[in-house]
Amino acid sequence: MRAFTFERASSVEAAAKSVASNPDARFIAGGTNLLDLMKLEIETPTHLIDVNGLGLDKIEATTDGGLRIGALVRNTDLAAHETVRRDYGLLSRALVAGASGQLRNKATTSGNLLQRTRCPYFYDTNQPCNKRQPGSGCSALGGISRQLGVMGVSEACIATHPSDMAVAMRALDAVVETVKPDGTIRSVKIEDFHRLPGDTPHIETVLERGEFITAVSLPPPVGGRHIYRKVRDRASYAFALVSVGAIIQSDGKGRVAVGGVAHKPWRLEAADVELPKGAKAASGALLAGSRPTEQNKFKIDLVERTLGAVISEARG
Amino acid sequence: MTYASTVSMKVNGERRDLEVDNRTSLLDALREHLHLTGTKKGCDHGQCGACTVLVNGVRINSCLTLAVMHDGDEVTTIEGLGQPDNLHPMQAAFVKHDGFQCGYCTPGQICSSVAVLEEIKANLPSHVTVSLTERTRISEAEIRERMSGNICRCGAYSNIVEAIVEAAGTRA
Repeated sequence: MRAFTFERASSVEAAAKSVASNPDARFIAGGTNLLDLMKLEIETPTHLIDVNGLGLDKIEATTDGGLRIGALVRNTDLAAHETVRRDYGLLSRALVAGASGQLRNKATTSGNLLQRTRCPYFYDTNQPCNKRQPGSGCSALGGISRQLGVMGVSEACIATHPSDMAVAMRALDAVVETVKPDGTIRSVKIEDFHRLPGDTPHIETVLERGEFITAVSLPPPVGGRHIYRKVRDRASYAFALVSVGAIIQSDGKGRVAVGGVAHKPWRLEAADVELPKGAKAASGALLAGSRPTEQNKFKIDLVERTLGAVISEARG
Repeated sequence: MTYASTVSMKVNGERRDLEVDNRTSLLDALREHLHLTGTKKGCDHGQCGACTVLVNGVRINSCLTLAVMHDGDEVTTIEGLGQPDNLHPMQAAFVKHDGFQCGYCTPGQICSSVAVLEEIKANLPSHVTVSLTERTRISEAEIRERMSGNICRCGAYSNIVEAIVEAAGTRA
């Protein structure tokens, strides 16, 4: 690990300014992903700003009947929150499907959104990777690609976003609230928050340098059955091959987001419309234009079958 | 510009003041600075759980957190849970049920399992919890799921689960 200076942030504005003024500075919250990457020298910050003491760990009802989740709320606490369990069960289910108990106790809401891919070539510093070293090439194309993306991929990158939580957030139409270094605030819809890789896979979100996530807010609850089904190589503590998060109403209408297939949680409103017709129609619309590799084309069928199981469970 | 910091934490009930390189993980601070070598370094990447300790009563991977981020925190390691002449009920249950073979993962398994019972008591849901709105109950399925962040290369899992079930019973 490279040496770095360390400070505890005194305010959101000061933290944002501090990162904006130093291109090699990073915020640190739970640290479960950043420190791992620093040990491997994939991340090499020269300055860390600890944002844990800023009091952004509250979950509050909003005036419109929704919920505002502080950026520093731990995954464990979010999954266990009474309102989340009752009204946003999909979010609880997605959270507890991810990582381990120890990691969820540290991992934060904003850190979960900002975690990096687990593409094995991103982690292998002996191999080219456009995300780690722009312009060096993509080793995954033509390499071991079983875990990797089938939607929205590019010639530069086929990595996936590894989060379970973000899949639920996408289905729930979450909004990411931020503060920029100049003090302006903005709200970014979750659908616009993560970028597709294109030819700049190292730029993963629309956040600007120093822009700080303060909260993630959810619109009022929409009812329905909340189901998160994750398919992986082990029964627990493994990243998804595919995951399906859905909210299905009693009339069969609903919404569905899929994890493990793209550089962002994958949802298309045009596919939601097809849900009452069944899994084949909905997954066909959701995965239209897919570009799988020989090794991960099974994900196309797996999404359809997993969605089929989710729809059956919702009816049952 | 300084790459080191001072940090003060309470470890197993005793206040400890340390000067550490900012890069020092909590795990290395415990082992190398405080010589509390009960906490083990397995993978050093948060994948195996051997480094599990309790911070303010909550279990975390001590390898994936910086010592400097724990100023004012209360840390409990395996040495703080029990001693050879005064075993924690979970330690006694692991001995009774042979919940280990080589023993390397055991301090992490025990710290984790003590916290697991607290998490179930606090009604925190898990991936196998049937209903999010009803009270979570202790079961083998719950214990197995919640312990999935602690790997045992000797494969003592079935005995580990038996030990935790017994410790849960003696506590209740």
